[in-house]
Amino acid sequence: MLRQRPFLVETLTAIALIAVPFVLPYLGSAPNTVNRILVWGLFGIGFDILFGYTGLLSFGQSALYGTGGFVAAYLLTQAGFPYVVMALLIGTVAAAAVGYLVGLIALRRTGIYFAMITVAIAEVFYFVEFNPLSEWTGGENGLPGVPTPSLYLGFTTLHFTSGWSLYPFLAFCYFVGIVIALRIVRSPVGAILRSIRENPLRAAAVGHNIHGYKLTAFVIAAAYAGLAGGLLGVLQAFMPPEAFTFDTSGQLVMQTAIGGRGTLFGPLVGAAVWLFLQDFLQATLGLGAAWKLVLGLIFVLLVCFLRQGIVGGVRDALGFARNKYAAMFGPKHPPPSPTAGTGGRQPAHGGFVRPPVAAPMPPRHRATGPLAGPILQATELTKHYGGVIANAGVNFSVNQGELRGIIGPNGAGKTTFFKMLTCEVPPTSGSIVFEGRDITGMSVTDVCQLGLTKSYQVNQLFNRLTVRENLVIAVLAELRGKFKLDALGSLSRIPGLSEQVEHTLELVNLADRRDTPVSQLAYGEKRRLEVGLALASSPTLLLLDEPLAGMSPTERIETVKLLKSIGRDRTMIIIDHDMDSLFELAQRITVLQEGRVLVEGTPEEIKGNAKVQEAYLGGVHGVLAP
Amino acid sequence: MISWPNFLSQLFNGLAQGALLALISSGLTIIYGTLGVLNLAHGAMFMLGGYAGYVAYEATGSFVVAVLAGTLFVGVVGVVMERVIIRHFYSRPHEDQLLVTFGLAICFVEIVRFFFSSLSKTVPPPPLLTGITSLGVMFYPTYRLAVVGIVAVALLALYFVLYRTRLGMIVRAGIEDSVMVDSLGINVYRVFMVVFGIGAMAAGFAGIVNAPVVSLTPDIGEAILVQTFVVVVIGGVGSFPGAVLGGLIAGEIISLTSMVNPGYAYVMLFAAMTLVLLLRPHGLLGTRGRE
Repeated sequence: MLRQRPFLVETLTAIALIAVPFVLPYLGSAPNTVNRILVWGLFGIGFDILFGYTGLLSFGQSALYGTGGFVAAYLLTQAGFPYVVMALLIGTVAAAAVGYLVGLIALRRTGIYFAMITVAIAEVFYFVEFNPLSEWTGGENGLPGVPTPSLYLGFTTLHFTSGWSLYPFLAFCYFVGIVIALRIVRSPVGAILRSIRENPLRAAAVGHNIHGYKLTAFVIAAAYAGLAGGLLGVLQAFMPPEAFTFDTSGQLVMQTAIGGRGTLFGPLVGAAVWLFLQDFLQATLGLGAAWKLVLGLIFVLLVCFLRQGIVGGVRDALGFARNKYAAMFGPKHPPPSPTAGTGGRQPAHGGFVRPPVAAPMPPRHRATGPLAGPILQATELTKHYGGVIANAGVNFSVNQGELRGIIGPNGAGKTTFFKMLTCEVPPTSGSIVFEGRDITGMSVTDVCQLGLTKSYQVNQLFNRLTVRENLVIAVLAELRGKFKLDALGSLSRIPGLSEQVEHTLELVNLADRRDTPVSQLAYGEKRRLEVGLALASSPTLLLLDEPLAGMSPTERIETVKLLKSIGRDRTMIIIDHDMDSLFELAQRITVLQEGRVLVEGTPEEIKGNAKVQEAYLGGVHGVLAP
Repeated sequence: MISWPNFLSQLFNGLAQGALLALISSGLTIIYGTLGVLNLAHGAMFMLGGYAGYVAYEATGSFVVAVLAGTLFVGVVGVVMERVIIRHFYSRPHEDQLLVTFGLAICFVEIVRFFFSSLSKTVPPPPLLTGITSLGVMFYPTYRLAVVGIVAVALLALYFVLYRTRLGMIVRAGIEDSVMVDSLGINVYRVFMVVFGIGAMAAGFAGIVNAPVVSLTPDIGEAILVQTFVVVVIGGVGSFPGAVLGGLIAGEIISLTSMVNPGYAYVMLFAAMTLVLLLRPHGLLGTRGRE
């Protein structure tokens, strides 16, 4: 909706920022409060990219806020550096550099560990400011006398001093900050950050270096924090040591959650609510110190009942209103698809499954000669979990262009075997060679980049993203490699992205559902998207773990057709319990039992094999059950 | 400047502080291990224990009553908190759990500030344990010495509950796999409630026992919370022995560094945490997969 009018948000922001000094004084707000809101809002933009978009909740942003602030303030007050804007930029860079180092440590772990480590790191910064570095930072006195900026424009010099006079400078900084942030979240990097928030495991498995992207988000957040910290010093003409306290980090987290995470503007709204309420409760209601209790209660209630905060709530309400409007004034027509008309499009409803219309996508590098020789070779692959042996001495080889089926009773070690082939779990012993390269011990991301990936037995999707966005994530990994810093680039400028996504959408028959969030899909549709995610990066070797599980008979027939067509020019290995389908699809079948290869052969040989029948029907020592 | 008696007394300080940290961290870690919720209000629980004990002490003049009141009050707060709020967050993402417990921590701190102001309060040690004791080479405050013993007893009690009772067996099974425990027909939600209560009581008990050593202020829990994080990261999340070991290590690091220069205590603590993260990412006694 916003993409259709590219600079709408930017324009509205600019208008609002210009209007503020003309409107708010009449509402009785102090310029200083407005300026503080802007600084918190700017601080929060970076934090929102880290928390709201990437899903990394840091309670240690104060460390970077203080670093940026004190570096700038030190330059301006102690070192006699005269250029305020330059000092602010140096502070920003310093905070980003420190953020990089902090990120290296904190991002070794995820989830609550990450939160705990960031808290601990921030506390260290606080103590370092107070003691070892107090000669430079002024210890508990902070650094007074931070000058305000002046801009020499050739014909005149603009002096920004305090109050409304400083406002244009801060508003400009905020505007630049929000414009850059909007570009970042709309860039390929932004899309990948969201995928990391939704499902880091899958984001790595489709071939993104998620550690690199997380670190990127952390450094971006650090840079914003550093700039905001510097501006705090300018705003107060004093750099307070309190910038380093845990309270600073806490207030940022609360303001972001109150305003709405993942919205970029949420922190600004949260800061406005926070600071206006603080003024109101303290001054007007005379609550004194109890204002924080009221804010704490509001915060708890918001977290309990309005998860997406104020901005998210407003957005949901608007979306609801828009749907109502759309429902009243006729249905919205889906946008025409580039491939529409090529194959008898019919509305997909009521369980009707349309056959795939698109031609299968070629794998990324076609073999030039005739398809021959092994593409994958596993030698003596063994995996122990403590005393449990999942796989023992599996020798397995698949030829170029082959479609191999793997069957075996539950607990035969099929899924563990797949996990080892895609390097999700390292084997206890043995080796894997893919296209002549030893991939044993490589990461799942690197292996996917080489062209080997799999679809999961249990759906691993990006739940809050749409079907199209899901596929974009997978295609990006192929088109951009595992790590690329095009954080200011545009998704629409990546050649081939749109075509490949549309193609995959057609292939897995989800073109009509492209803008539906995954969480609203039916099970069968999710299953197809799961296969689509693996397919989207056009692998040369595709592993499918029970692609037919949980599908209705009609869906199975269609999916088997789909698998046949995509298997035509790539190598595939399929695990499934649906023997009929697998016998129809595969050229050769490997039977696993108790972690070992029981037999291997053509479907005909397997059907007639006594050992296989025994494994499935439970005959004892060669004596078949009648 | 560093003399043997000084070194020894700092060693004892570290032991006392480490024992306290071990107890608080055990509470945090068993709650996280069983419920999967990192309670950011755990530091506030520690503070509440101190204040509840202070109120009881002011009313009765008995230290023993103060300890009982502090512990029980925080236990009740924990159970109520679990029933009313935390329960609705089990199925929500970790971030939401962190946010809500963080918000609750602020509410607790501000409520206490509202009623007791920011001025510090003191609870004197019981008459039996006042004064100093001669340890041969040095003199050491009797109460601090007693703290080591008191906390050791509390830790043993916690150990007994966790490793020698039916409930403890269920809790430890829950730490490994709470879904499995649930499917075995044990009402896992009731166990969660009890565990939250026990974890909170550990913090509350530590809070009142610590009150005669350091005077009470509403934000006393904040610094403790950060230290328990370091303890848990060092020891390994979800591991009771890890919390005890981590607590003792952290206590000694803080105390021995303070002897040289108090400003570096946190830096050293953090350095130790970083070292553990680099060498054993899952903590000294932690296992993979409890994240």
